[in-house]
Formats: sequence, structure tokens, C-alpha cells
Amino acid sequence: MQLIPCPWCGPREEAEFHYGGQAHVAYPEDPSALTDEEWAQYVFFRENPSGPFAERWSHSAGCRRWFNAVRDTRSHDLLAVYRAGEPMPEVLS
Amino acid sequence: MTFRTPTGGTIDRNTLLHFTFNGRKLTGHPGDTLASALLANGVHEVGSSVKLGRPRGIVAAGSEDPTSLVQVEEPFPEPMLLATTVELFDGLVARGLAGQGRLAPEPDPARYDAKHEHCDVLVVGAGPAGLAAALTAARSGARVVLVDEQNQAGGALLGVDEYLDDRPSAAWVADVLAELRSTAGVLVLERTTAFGMYQDGFVLALQKRTDHLGFAAPAGVARQRVWRIRTRQIVLATGAHERPVVFAGNDRPGIMLASSARTFLHRYGVLPGSRAVVFTTNDSAYCAAIDLAESGVDVPMIVDARPEAPARLATECAARGIEVRAGHVVIGTEGAGRVTDAHVAPLDGVAGHCDTVVCDTVLVSGGWNPVVNLFSQARGKLRYDAELGAFVPGEELETVRVAGSATGELDLTACVRQGRNAGASAAISAGFTPRGQMPLPVSDSRCTSRSGLVLWRVPGDDDASFVDLQRDATVADVLRATGAGLRSLEHIKRYTTIGTAHDQGKTSGMIAAGIVAEALGVELADQRPTTFRPPYTAVSFAALAGRDRGELHDPVRVTAIHPWHVAHGALFEDVGQWKRPWYYPQAGEDLHTAVLRECKATRESVGMMDGSTLGKIDVQGRDAGKFLDMLYTNMMSTLKVGRIRYGVMCGVDGMVIDDGTVIRVGEERYLVTTTTGNAAKILDWMEEWLQTEWPHLDVHCTSVTEHWATIPLVGPKSRDVLAAVAPDLDVSNEAFEFMTWHDTHVAGVPARVCRISFSGELAYEINVTAWHGLAVWEALMAAGEQYGITPYGTETMHVLRAEKGYPIIGQETDATVTPQDLGMSWAVSKKKPDFIGKRSFARAENNRTDRKQLVGLLPVDPSVLLPEGSQIVETDRLPEPPVRMLGHVTSSYPSAALGRTFALALVRSGHERIGETLYVPVEDSLVPVTVTESVLYDKEGARRDG
Amino acid sequence: MTVSPLAAWRGRLAALAPALAVAERPFRSQLTVRASEPSAIAAMGSALGVVFPSVPCTFTAGSGQFGDVEVLWLGPDEFLVVAAPDLQVSIEEVLRGALGSSRGSVVDTSAQRTTVILEGPHVRDVLAHGCSVDLHPSAAPAGTCVQTLLARTGIILQVTGPDRCTVLVRSSFAEYLAAWLSDACVEYQAAAP
Ligand SMILES: [Zn+2]
Repeated sequence: MQLIPCPWCGPREEAEFHYGGQAHVAYPEDPSALTDEEWAQYVFFRENPSGPFAERWSHSAGCRRWFNAVRDTRSHDLLAVYRAGEPMPEVLS
Repeated sequence: MTFRTPTGGTIDRNTLLHFTFNGRKLTGHPGDTLASALLANGVHEVGSSVKLGRPRGIVAAGSEDPTSLVQVEEPFPEPMLLATTVELFDGLVARGLAGQGRLAPEPDPARYDAKHEHCDVLVVGAGPAGLAAALTAARSGARVVLVDEQNQAGGALLGVDEYLDDRPSAAWVADVLAELRSTAGVLVLERTTAFGMYQDGFVLALQKRTDHLGFAAPAGVARQRVWRIRTRQIVLATGAHERPVVFAGNDRPGIMLASSARTFLHRYGVLPGSRAVVFTTNDSAYCAAIDLAESGVDVPMIVDARPEAPARLATECAARGIEVRAGHVVIGTEGAGRVTDAHVAPLDGVAGHCDTVVCDTVLVSGGWNPVVNLFSQARGKLRYDAELGAFVPGEELETVRVAGSATGELDLTACVRQGRNAGASAAISAGFTPRGQMPLPVSDSRCTSRSGLVLWRVPGDDDASFVDLQRDATVADVLRATGAGLRSLEHIKRYTTIGTAHDQGKTSGMIAAGIVAEALGVELADQRPTTFRPPYTAVSFAALAGRDRGELHDPVRVTAIHPWHVAHGALFEDVGQWKRPWYYPQAGEDLHTAVLRECKATRESVGMMDGSTLGKIDVQGRDAGKFLDMLYTNMMSTLKVGRIRYGVMCGVDGMVIDDGTVIRVGEERYLVTTTTGNAAKILDWMEEWLQTEWPHLDVHCTSVTEHWATIPLVGPKSRDVLAAVAPDLDVSNEAFEFMTWHDTHVAGVPARVCRISFSGELAYEINVTAWHGLAVWEALMAAGEQYGITPYGTETMHVLRAEKGYPIIGQETDATVTPQDLGMSWAVSKKKPDFIGKRSFARAENNRTDRKQLVGLLPVDPSVLLPEGSQIVETDRLPEPPVRMLGHVTSSYPSAALGRTFALALVRSGHERIGETLYVPVEDSLVPVTVTESVLYDKEGARRDG
Repeated sequence: MTVSPLAAWRGRLAALAPALAVAERPFRSQLTVRASEPSAIAAMGSALGVVFPSVPCTFTAGSGQFGDVEVLWLGPDEFLVVAAPDLQVSIEEVLRGALGSSRGSVVDTSAQRTTVILEGPHVRDVLAHGCSVDLHPSAAPAGTCVQTLLARTGIILQVTGPDRCTVLVRSSFAEYLAAWLSDACVEYQAAAP
């Protein structure tokens, strides 16, 4: 059972969290201005890197806050967590 | 004949325990394991091998034993236990197994549980190194957990009669243990095996708490406990297992690891036999030979594979009449059951020269394998130590330290020093300062030299040379694997099954790797050992399940009105974790007749259900309207205070995810409802958008699902019933319009009444604070009595709504259905510039004319009920496969109101097919059905106002 | 007539003593408050006579016009105000007044959760069978308030003193919690091995 450090509550077991997919994928400002392909990119396509990956988590059984985490997809190690709205910190992979 | 020594060991000789093995009544003592008690009775043959049916005995004294599998029959049947780890108790009944057991058919009455424990330093293993580590960490003030597999601390010291600082080693152990137990913040867990290492200092350990008490185990106390330990730092002092050497006929009962024989002698006061040949590649077995000889065992010969025997030990042997044959090996054994002879020959293979030594015991030592399983599970890299002939920890980890013989160190004082250092540095890493360094004890041990010969096997009959005694896998099997071209140890493990039995290759894995390396002509240093995976020792499913059984398996959620439903005979349907009344059968009724009655009563007079499980979310803030406009496909900001609107929510892909009503409570406040199953999901969905996309919006969402009890009151007489219990409320159609709400009192308590309908009938939804729910429900029942008010469950609700063509999210929809597919274009705003899902409606895929669309189906024979989930085809005869499926039946019911059966279905181009006849394969026939609009009852909506 | 979620469990919970003293405290006034502006939070606090908690995973207590009031930290802008029964309507009004035009919300959630008081030397042991949060006094002193999982239900756990905790549980999960607690206490009612 991995620990995930909630930026508010501190480390808690991963069972308290929900995964929210890739972080920093903004809702397009004007969806109607996008081509079908551009829109499909937003709706259906996400990165799948081997290595550090910025993703969203929600402390759903705790403070219910969404936050971002950089996770190394090879080891599952969480390299950094940061609150929504904060910039992604530099991490060493 | 007894093989019990007159004195010695930690058994209680004053108490006799009676037990039965393979039908034989035998005795032992407290402190015995089943294995030691069997050996004391001269029983070596425990079971037989899984494939070949060869006799199997006892090879080791602990959990590394590959062979002594037994089934305990009493007090409760439990298969696949090792005789070496079953503590003896009075009345034990067990039998040997042939590699497989059987689970008891009856439920296990024992209790199993789990417990979380947090510490700064976890020490695994209470041998000399582990004790030193734990004490050092404990003296620093750290919270320490010390776990050990055995029923007493001491580790390897339990199996020797050596002295520390001129005192029996047990005294040193007792001193350390006493200090640990008296130190605050220290938890010592014996009979506890750390079986899995996971991320972030998470370790699972299984404690056998009352197994050893047998019939005397107290009820109510968990028999076994899974400790879920979370620690900052870990010290692994897991020790080393002795490794055998493989030779022809090495699987006979009576052939045992030398150190295990020594353990049986010193810990249990048991001799392994009468006449023992010792076969070794290193010094440690000499101590076993000398100790056994001094205890009365005839030891005719030590066969030492090394070209030269150690001089000092050889002299000691000579003094005891033990012949030492250097440069020799055991090349074979004889014996129908137990071993009767050992064949001894020079290692260099001078042909024809061979001596036969009569014996009933062969003790083997091929060196030591550090127990690196947990270190490896912690992702620690292993390194091959050529001198030791074993994999050892090959790197330092941030949070995991290894100490003692688990590192390959075999000298006791050095092991204690490692433990002390590991304990100190673990404490420092956890933020503590070591205090009061413990002195290093001095051992009188004579046999700890590392100067061994690495010998995996003695050349000979490969088919009779067993590598994995439990899997009946031989040297020949390994060579077949390498001969077939396999090179990776992982592949060879799977090909030969070596290391896949209960013992996971504790004694066989290293040897297999060595034989493979020799066969392939590669260096072991370049080989990657097979991956060690949890659990280290077998863990029963009962222990893993713990208390999550029966009513605690999964929470049952109930509403405030639940006791009434139970009292009135409702049958329940599981909706997520909720128990919802399904229907309320009266005497003699089945589902079908009860639902027809409930539907009829509701459409003709008045019915009532418990709708409390509906998700309810309070949405407040200046931007609440704007926010809901983005979430719902239709417009919510224009809703007037006091009014209600039905809404549909889609994902960004345009697919329906939920629906419900939206009540405008105030200028800046709404109350939205969700489907029962989606309450938490939709609140999360809202928070996700608010927190991650639109934090600038002034909106806050709060779940009030369980704050409210919700009671839909449905049917033409619902107005009369409501009027009777809500005297303050003007219930007339003019004063209380459809899709409006009023705050009032119902049955004397504050209530919010909404005029909404999920059945097409005149209906109200009464919301009261949950703790008033039961009283208000009962008041409504009383007020409706004169109208024959009928409680109904989810099945009737489903029929009533289906007759009106209202979809249920999750039944009519999966994740591929748009509002347009449901015929709900009316609920999709064309005015709003954007909302979630809108852009996807314009995608080509969502504009295909052959999308599956919601329609009604009327079987041509009105008595035929289509099974839900049935496929739909175009022709009255099935063509050759593949058959084109047009869609499937999503809901299907008999209808009291329609006087026939009907169904809802998703059908390709369904809206264009209205009026067509399609076919539904049911068992062997094709049932013709007419496609209709989805609304089948009261299409004009005449019943809505009563 | 009011019925609390654990009304039917009163006897069974009381019978868990002396292993653990367990009692429901039903019908308390509970209001979920969302607010982030310090001035609004301070104003609400002074209206109730309690300083709202500023440290995550803690709660505060005070006394004022509504008697004893506790404020539980639920999130960086989310609090649960808890007071004696039947005060929710007036407290909501006062809180709305104090919030004024600041961003935020006040919602009556009194019946959303019920309260269970646990007391006794085994309280941390019992909870440790299902709660992964470290409840050692050094890690969770009195004043701690965490939202977490206990077995398979979400809870709000307040540490109120040595050997004393308050658990708030969603009403629909209350019977599961009671059943789980009763079962957990079996170990402490039986003779230790
Ligand atoms: Zn949190």
C-alpha cells in the first residue's frame, strides 16, 4: 500500500485517493473553434511516458482536494506533489 | 525406541502431549514442533512426493523445509502445513501429504483479523543481529517493532549450545529481550513472519497467535493476525538457510541438513537417528557431527568435499572416533523408505572406488544462503558472492538495512556488530540519537569459518538427483531445460517448476541457479536470480480476509426508513452498497404478481416509495447557475427560484453520465439530485471541475444525501394524502404546479415538498430531515390508508418509469449513449455557447444515422417477456454467422397499465425503425417484436396533474 | 418523533463496555461551512465563540451564544461546525450573517452524519484494526481531527483526550460502523492469549 502525501493532510494510504489522469490538460477555451481532430486530442489522448509523469489525484476519502503529483511510472515513486494551481516543480527522474 | 535425549532443549519434559500422526498415537512435549516430536518417536517418513510418490521426510528444522507437508485434521482441517512449523499441542491429529492437501468443506470457525502498526524502526528477525538492532534502536527512543517467526527469540542461537561471554547464549538473549520488553514504544511480536515488503515502509506480517494452543485456543481471540506495519526504517536480520548438496538418492527420509539436526538436538532434545554420516563442504557441519557424537549418535564418518579437512576440527573428530574423509563426497544412497546406506567416493571421480557406509541418517551441508527474500522484495539489488556461493544484498537502500548472516556474515560477534550498527543508523535516519551502546558478546563457537567449497551437485544419476524435493524436479530436468535452449532462470524455473512449491525454493533455488550456470558455462555473477515475491511463507486466505467476512464483507448502507421496510416484509435489491426495497410481497405473491399489484395501486390510487438513496448536492455561490449551465446539457441559470428542472449530464465525450432534478432554492443556491449509484461520483465530478478548471467560480458543493429522507408519493390520490398531512400547504394544481417546490410542514415536521414525477402520475416528493423520515413515512401510510396506499419498491418504480419511456442511467445507458440517442434532444440546450459534452455532439461519430437509439419494443405475442440483455436481429431467420446485431434489450417488464409485456431497447437507427418488425433470439426461437416510440403510456401526459 | 441512525444499537453498543465504552450522540447540530477569506472565518469564529482551526487535520472548541461549539477542519476551505441539538437553524443564520458577501457557503448537514463516542484504554487498539492513520499519542494528540477510512467506511475521527475519540460517520454507514466496532471489541472482551 503506497503512501501518497496529500499537500494538505500529509501522507495517507493510496486507498484514500482517486486517480484523475494526466495533469495540466486544460479544458479548451473555445471548444467550438476546434476541429474534430483537435477536440478528439483533448478528449481521448493522453501521454503515457516511461518516467516522470504529472498527474492529478484527489484525496477523496480525506480533505477532498484535487492536487497534482509527479510520479515515476517505472517505479511508482512520487517525486513531487503540489497543490492545484501551483506550477509543476522541477524533479529529478 | 525413543530418540529423545535425557536432558537439554527448551521443551517441558514434565508435561506429556498426546497426538496422532498417520493414525499412530504418539507423544511429545510442550515446546516440540510436530517434526521434532515425530523425530523423537523415530518417525522420519512424513509423506510422499507429489509426482513420483517417493517417500519424503524432514530436511530442515524450520520454514525452509521443502518436504514435511502435513494436513492437520483436528482441531480443524487445514492443509499444506509444515511439520517443522506446527507447534505441538495435546490432541493434535495430522497426517502426511503427497504434495497436495484439501481445504475443509465446512466454514472455519476461527477468527482472523488485521491490525495497523506504526513504528520508526522495524526489525525482522530476533536472532543475535536483530536483537542488537532492536535494542540499539529502542535505546534511542525510537518506536520499534521486532518480529520473529519463532515462538522464542534467539534465531540461530536456539539451535546451538554455545556460550556468549561465558554464559549460555539463552541468558544473553533473555537479557536483551527483557530490556526490549520493558522499554516504552517497543513491540515484540513472536510467531510473526514478515511475509511481504511493499512501498513506503509498508510491511505485512502474519502472526500465529493461538495456533499453538490447539483445542485450548480461546474463542474470540483472533487465531492469526495480519499486521500492517508502516515503518520509517527497516533492519532485516533474517538470517541464513543452510543449503544442501545434490547427489543421487538425496531425497530419502533420514537425509537432513546438518544444522537442522543440530537444532533438533539442542532446541528439542531430539536425535535425528542412531548412525549418521555427515557430508559437508564447509566447517559448520563439524559442530553438528561433534555435538551429535557427544549426545550418543554413532557418527562413523564426515565426508568433506574439500581437498583438505580443517585441522583443528579434524583432530576433535578423531578424538571422538569420527573418521574424516577429505576430498570425498556422497555419490548415492540406498533404502526402501528411510536411508540405510551411503555410498562415499572421491570427488575427483576415481572410477570404481566407492565405500558403502551403513547409516540411518545422512546430514548434509553445502554452505549458507543468506535470506534475502525481503531485501529483494524491497527492490534491493543482489550480488553473487562467489566465496559463499550465494546471492547477498548488493547495495545500500535508503530505508532498508541488512544485518547478520543475511549479509553472508557467519561470525556471531560480527553479526551482532552489524545489527548494532544497523539499529543505530536506522534510528538516526528516523531522527533519533543512539544512546548507551550495547557491548559485543564473545562467542565460543568453533565452526563459523567461511572457508567452504561451493559445490552444487555431485555428478551421478541425474534422474535420481533431486534439486527441488517438493516438486520432484531433478538435475535431469534442469539439464533438459538448458538443453531445450532455455537460459533465463525465470524461464527455467517455470519449465522445471523448481521453486514454485510451498517453500518457494528456499533450499533449491540457489542450487538450481548454480547447476544452470555450470550447464551453460556462464558466471553466476552475470545471472539474475529469480524474483522473490510475497508471501515469504504461505499465508491462508482466511488470514488475508480477516474480519472482512459476512456482514462486514462490504458495508450495507440503509436509509432512515429501513426498519419499516424490514418489518413489512420487503425483499431488498442491492444498489451499490445500498439496500433498497425491491418489492413488498404479500402472502403467496411472487415478484411478478407483487409488482403488478404495486403498479396498479399506484396508477389507480396512491403508492409510496423510499427515495432517500438519491444523491443530493447543495450547490451554493454567486456563480452556481453559471456552473450548472456548464455541467448540465440544459439551461439551469434561467430556472426561477421555487421551480425545478430535469437535467442531463454528459462527459466531455458527450456521453450521458447522470441525470436528475435541479431545484432552485434561492438566487445563489440550488439543490441537485443524482442517481443513487452516482452520488459520490457526481460530487467528485463537480469538485474536479471547480478545483482544477474553474477555481475562479464562486461555487461550493456539499453532499446532503443522508441529511434528507426522501419519499415519493405517487398516484391520482397522492394529493389527497398529502393534503391530510400538510395542513399548511395549498395542494391545488394552481397553487402547487408541476415542477415547483414548497417548504412546509408534513406530519408536523419541516419539509420540502417537490412536485415531480418519475411515473407520469400526479406525484410529490417529500423531503424531511433524515431522523424524521420514519415518522413521516408512517404518517403518510396512515393518511393514505383509506386510499389503500401501497408501498412499492425499485421494481415497480422501474416499470412505471419504463412505461413512460424514462431511461435509467446505467440500465438504458452505458458509456456510449448520447442524450440524442435517448431521444432527449429537448434536454440539450441550443442557446448555451458551451457546456461539458457539447462539442462532442458535433463529432461525425455522434452524427451517424446508424447509432443505437432508445426505442420501445412490443412483442407481437403480448404475453412474451423478453429477457433483458437479449440481442436484436433484423431477419426472422438467423443467417450464417457472423450475425449482425442491431442492439439489445435494456429493460423488459409485464405491464399492468398496458395489459401486456413491453421492453425498452437500444437499436441501430432505432428512431427510423419505428413501426418495423425486428426479432429477438430467445433460446431456440426468434421472437418477433414491433419497434415503437419509447413512451408507451399516457403519451399526452394527461395524468400528470391528477 | 425522531429516530437516530443507531437507535436500534444502543443496547448492543453499551454492552461492549468495559472493553470499550461506545455511545451514539445523536441529533447534534452540524453545519458544513466553506470559506476561505480570513476575515470571514474570523467573523464566524467570533460569532460562535470559537477560533476556527487553521492547522489541517485538527479541530478547535469554544463556547459562546450557542454553548459549546466545536469546529472541525475538513479541508483548506471547509469546516464542520458542531453544537448541541436543535441549534442548526439559528447557527446557520448567524454563520450566514458572519460570512456576509464573502465567498463561501453554509449548509445544514445535521442529519448527514451521526456521532459515536469511544472511550477506554483499548480505543486506539480497536481503531487500529481498521484505520491506517497513526493514532499514537505522539502522532495524533488530543485535538487531532482526520477524515479517513475505518475499515470500509469513511469517517471523521476526532481525538478528544487520552483514550477518548469521537467518530462521525455518514448516517447510512452508521450500522456498518456499529457492527464493525462490536466485532472489533470481541478480541478485547475475550481473554488475551
Ligand atoms: Zn488531504
